Order: sequence, then C-alpha cells, then structure tokens
Amino acid sequence: MTFVRKMLSRLGRASIDSIWKLGEASVFMGRVVSRSSIILRRPSLLVAEIHFAGVLSLVIIIVSGLFVGLVLGLQGYETLKRYGSTGAVGTLVALSLVRELGPVVSALLFASRAGSAITAKIGIMKTTEQLSAMEMMAVDPHARVVAPMFWGGFISMPLLAAIFSAMGIVGGYLITVVVIGVDSGAFWSQMQTSVDFHHDILNGVIKSVVFGTAVSAIAVYEGYASVPTAEGVSRAVTRTVVTSALAVLALDFVLTAFMFTGAH
Amino acid sequence: MERSNVDLWVGVFVAAGIGALLFLALKAGNVDSIMKAEGYKVSAEFDNIGGLKAKAPVKSAGVIVGRVESVTFNNQSLRALVQLNLDKQFQFPADSSVSILTSGLLGDQFVGIDPGGALENLEGGDRVRITQSAIVLEKVIGQFLYGKMSEKNTD
Repeated sequence: MTFVRKMLSRLGRASIDSIWKLGEASVFMGRVVSRSSIILRRPSLLVAEIHFAGVLSLVIIIVSGLFVGLVLGLQGYETLKRYGSTGAVGTLVALSLVRELGPVVSALLFASRAGSAITAKIGIMKTTEQLSAMEMMAVDPHARVVAPMFWGGFISMPLLAAIFSAMGIVGGYLITVVVIGVDSGAFWSQMQTSVDFHHDILNGVIKSVVFGTAVSAIAVYEGYASVPTAEGVSRAVTRTVVTSALAVLALDFVLTAFMFTGAH
Repeated sequence: MERSNVDLWVGVFVAAGIGALLFLALKAGNVDSIMKAEGYKVSAEFDNIGGLKAKAPVKSAGVIVGRVESVTFNNQSLRALVQLNLDKQFQFPADSSVSILTSGLLGDQFVGIDPGGALENLEGGDRVRITQSAIVLEKVIGQFLYGKMSEKNTD
C-alpha cells in the first residue's frame, strides 16, 4: 500500500512540476514579448541576433538542403522509372521539400545549430552573473538580451526554411536533369502544375514560422532557466535540442493534420 | 566582427531568404494561382466523374484555361455536379461540350472542353449541356471480357 502511495505521489509531483514549469515558461515568454519594443528602438541588437542565429546557420542549411534534394531526386527517379513517369520527379522533390522536409529538417538543424548556441549564450551569461549585473544597473535582461535573441530566431527560421527548400529543388534539378538527363521542361512544368502557392508554399511558410517560434522560445527559456553551473548549462543545451526536436515533430503532425487533409 | 560587416551579412541573408521564397513561388509554384485571374463559373453534370478532384485543370486543345472549382452530387438529377472556373480571357461557344479525360494511362484526370459552333459564348452561371463521363478502366475491361465471352459462345 505504501508503495502504491509512493508511486502515486511521485506521479503527482512530476505532473505538478511540469505544469509549474509550463506556467513559468509562459510567464517568461509573456515578459519577453511584452518588452520587445527595444528591437524597434535599437534595431542593431536585432540585426546582431539575426546574424548570430541566421547567417551563421546559413552554411549548414545550404549544404543540407542541397544534399537532401540530391537524394530525393535520385530516390524519386529510381522509383518513378518503373512506372515510366520520370518527369514527375520534379513534383515529388518540390512537394516533399516545400510541404514537409524544408520546414521540418531546417527546424531540426536550426535547433541544433542556433538553438543550442542561444541557450549556451544566455546560460553562460547567467553563470558569469552578467544578467545579475545588468539588473544591478537597472537594465532589464529580458529586454536587452532575451528579446532580441527570440525575435532574431523568429525571423531567421522562415528564411532558412525557404533557402533550404530552394536549395533542395536546385539539388533535385542538378541530379535528375543535369546528371541523369530527365527532360528539363517536364521537370519544371509538372512541378508548376502540382505545386499550389496557397496550399503548398504558404502552408510551408506557416509551418516554418510556428517551428521558429517554438525553437526560439524553448532555446531562450532553457538558457534563462538553466542552473548557473557548467553542468547546468550543458544540461540546458541538451534539453533545448531534445525538447525542440520533439516539439517540432509533434507540431508538424498537428499542422499537417489541419493543412493537408480533406478534399484535395 | 565589425558592425558594418554584420549588417552586410544580415542583408545578404535576408535577401537570400526572400529570393528563395520568390524562387519557390515563381519557379516551383504556379504564378497564376497567386494572381487569382478573373474568371467566370460554368457548371456541368456528369454520370460519372471517375477520380476528378477540385483544382484539377480545365484544358481546351491541351492548354489550361481554368480549374475545377468544386465537385458535388446533385440529389435531384442523381448525377455529379462539377463547377468549373474558367479564365475570363478564354471564351467558348455556348454549345461546347465538356468531357473528363486522363493525362497519360494512369495520370491525373482533367476536364477537356471541345468548342462547338454556336454564335453566343458561354457566360457565368451557364450549364454545359453536352458532357461525356470519365472512362472507368474497370468498366472498359469488364465490357471487353464480356464481349470476348459472347464471341466465343456464338462460335
């Protein structure tokens, strides 16, 4: 009986803790967003953070996008060859990139490249008491440090996803049209007839905006809430990557269920 | 890094992102769906539409002249009611006929318009009288087999 009681109270504690943490994160994000007017007063802070989150992620996004496109083109060609409709490979590459792989893979890469860096940066500022020092000088770290980082990630992510998708299509074009010799006209025209601007491209952009918000929010919160020790920061970075990846995949399922089911 | 350098790279990044979006919209997607070209709606009833879906292209002489707006079931006539959204710049005689065709052997289905010879043109809200249903592969094969069997029986 005592064992059951112990297990139940442990479950209860875990539930209360996770809800408490969710509330804490919401309050934190509310505070960050409500003090975001600093990015209008000092845009250079935001530009620096877009550089930190976006420009520095550019290489990995471009290279990964290119290779994902190359692989999709090869695999799609091999499968479609059996049905004699290799011209449809453009459709396959474009739809899978624009709808799913572009937003999702670039969000996962963004979480591991930029999200981890954001968490580490804020965590180390906390460990070295830079955040406390700011508070001592009556500078609000939510506004001065966290808000530009959050909005930098928020702005960078959709741009990175678009670059990823575009590079993937270029990769698919290179391997199927230039190397294998699929007809270039069929590649583009079949792609254009089946990729719809509202249904496919715009929904992909919405997905990447949602993922960007989620990853940036998780990254800044984990950094701000990290235990101010070397080990605490390393754990916070790990949590950022793991939580972001799970959040992106779960959100992707929900968004896909809303966007791409029904009569189309 | 220097401030001006940061600014430059962020500018390059934002320009590349917007460029990628434009590339996706203009090169990968179809531009006409952004413009939402002014069109007029025409309806047609079919006995069987096969696998026709909303947004399928409407073609005449192989050129896309519009898209399928919706596919519903008309409970009065017990036939499929298809709404077509045709581009305003393309006008067809009022006695044109529409048929449901398949691109390739197993490709997507689309609506084909065969122009008639009437002097007046189709207008918004008109109903096309002459329609030809989709060819359902199973039915064709069934008829073929049935024909073969009856041939054998008469021998």
